[in-house]
Amino acid sequence: MEKLVIAGKEFGSRLFLGSGKFSSNQVMEEAIKASGTEMVTLAMKRIELDDKEDDMLKHIAHPNIQLLPNTSGVRDADEAVFAAQMAREAFGTNWLKLEIHPDPRYLLPDSVETLKATEKLVKLGFVVLPYCQADPVLCRQLEEAGAATVMPLAAPIGTNKGLETKEFIRIIIEQAGVPVVVDAGIGAPSHAAEAMEMGASACLVNTAISVAGNPVEMAKAFKLAVEAGRMAYESGLGAVTSGNLVASASSPLTAFLND
Amino acid sequence: MFSEELEKIDWDETTRKIMSKTDADVRRALTKSHCDVEDFMAMLSPAAEPYLEQMAQLSKKYTEERFGNTMSMFIPLYITNSCSNSCVYCGFHVSNPMPRVILTPEQIENEYKAIKEIAPFENILLVTGENPAKAGVPYLAKALDIAKKYFSNLKIEVMPLAAEEYAELREHGLNGVICFQETYHKANYNIYHPRGMKSKFEWRVNGFDRMGQAGVHSIGMGVLIGLEKEWRTDITMMAYHLRYLQKKYWRTKYSVNFPRMRPAQNEGFHPNCYMTDKQLAQATFAMRIFDHDVDISYSTREPAFIRNNMAMLGVTTMSAESRVNPGGYHTYPQALEQFTVSDNRKVGDIIASLKAVGREPVWKDWDASFDHKAS
Amino acid sequence: MKITVNNKETEFDGTSVSDLAAQLQLPEKGVAVAVNNEMIPRSEWSATPLAENANVVIIKAACGG
Repeated sequence: MEKLVIAGKEFGSRLFLGSGKFSSNQVMEEAIKASGTEMVTLAMKRIELDDKEDDMLKHIAHPNIQLLPNTSGVRDADEAVFAAQMAREAFGTNWLKLEIHPDPRYLLPDSVETLKATEKLVKLGFVVLPYCQADPVLCRQLEEAGAATVMPLAAPIGTNKGLETKEFIRIIIEQAGVPVVVDAGIGAPSHAAEAMEMGASACLVNTAISVAGNPVEMAKAFKLAVEAGRMAYESGLGAVTSGNLVASASSPLTAFLND
Repeated sequence: MFSEELEKIDWDETTRKIMSKTDADVRRALTKSHCDVEDFMAMLSPAAEPYLEQMAQLSKKYTEERFGNTMSMFIPLYITNSCSNSCVYCGFHVSNPMPRVILTPEQIENEYKAIKEIAPFENILLVTGENPAKAGVPYLAKALDIAKKYFSNLKIEVMPLAAEEYAELREHGLNGVICFQETYHKANYNIYHPRGMKSKFEWRVNGFDRMGQAGVHSIGMGVLIGLEKEWRTDITMMAYHLRYLQKKYWRTKYSVNFPRMRPAQNEGFHPNCYMTDKQLAQATFAMRIFDHDVDISYSTREPAFIRNNMAMLGVTTMSAESRVNPGGYHTYPQALEQFTVSDNRKVGDIIASLKAVGREPVWKDWDASFDHKAS
Repeated sequence: MKITVNNKETEFDGTSVSDLAAQLQLPEKGVAVAVNNEMIPRSEWSATPLAENANVVIIKAACGG
């Protein structure tokens, strides 16, 4: 399998994991290990002053894992820039999953603010991985603004609906000059495999693993699915049998070339 | 810049790949809804020859899906044949002792008027040789300024310019640029273009990047078929180039041409290869299946029967009643041409043939008033 | 004096951000501090004074996708 390269850094795994919604940090850590991932997202929260809870960071910090702090909770570009600076300071990485969703219900990304924030953050030296609509024009604009990847959504976050935006993701993959990471909505390993077969560079999965009956086994299942899908893509999928290719004795359209 | 990308694509390896494409490769390409350059190679390869009819059907289908039943009509106007280059195959070769003409603004305007007498053309292509001193950017700007009064879509086919020069011409109404790379074979390029500015391969091949940077709306590409023996490889390089440009300059529309070399006046250059009509059709179908949206243009270089039949199978732009010498419509109707046209029919006959195969000629599909730069 | 830390009114006896970090026993790593909506890098904590009513935000890692 070809290595994935983002902003000059190589990744052996094409599965990115979200760290939300696990029943415990222990289960999360085991799922991360089982998935073979090398990129894990995390959020930020305000500390409680009498806080004695388990520090989640130590469960995901590992030399092979790139931390990918997100900006979840921000509502516009200015808040995103602030959150990004806090994340860089707290976690010592300039990598950032930019997500701006002012809509609290479906958590759909705000395209206008996401583009603005990408422009600003790139200038501030961040490696920006924007979560975005499956909008091919927006993805080109994000790329022009210096985004390290684009991360179009497959379906609304947490819905497990799969590739609802398939045709747009196909166009994005066809056009992109940066890796395309399919983010949000992937609910089953088959969805991830399908995205990878189409040529997606990676998949970001969270809910489908964290709320599975057995998150650790599910993490393994996604690892295999992403690898299988990528391998199939790199091997070149076979032809779908089609009526178009039935040989015909007559050649009504091209007969003029035989004269 | 594309020259850097081209360095990574080995010519001989590409040729080998094309010639070793199999029946299965062709079938895979034809069943895909979206093809990559590897698929394009398969469709262009000898292995695809038995599938010509199926390719024609697919090409017709995709063309009708994207373009409906239209055929965009354009007419070229040569405004000068003055040229400092020595392209070994060209009638305007610097050492060719032919009368050289640079039309004056008055003569250019007379040509425009004469063209409007022929048919309601709105798409005009201004063509020149390479004489930057006497027929450079200010001269082109002047010709465009006058053209604006008569035509709504102005294109040029001239020497490669600097990005700022393209941008400047856009302010004079320029909408599109056509430039034939002639060949992507870098080493042999210099055999065909031994002297003058045109001998600079990188300047030419990166001209397309400069057009894109300048925001030119429409870019036309082509390789001159007859130069390189391995014409399939040359066309494949153009497909790589097209994909590269589409990714990078995605606000621009692209068109491709498959100009087959015609005998030039007063010249003894013998083509290194001959592309048959069937092969031309195959290349056209392959391009359409590879890229459903690209404009495919056939000029009057091609004979009437090819143009008539291909009109419904993938071609989307055609010229008509073209004169390929400067001032050919009014000022110098008898002068020497750059090459010999094949389709000499009157516009009326061409329209009738198009309608007979269900294609509606479209004279105007763009207006400069849409372009804030040009207005 | 009184300052606000993560929206809670807090009694504070020191003068700088590092004093506050000591008072709250902030860990060596994994947190970021902003004063009046401006992120203060750890290297500048000791040189950054905290005035009466300063609005301090302190964040740390959380689970999230």
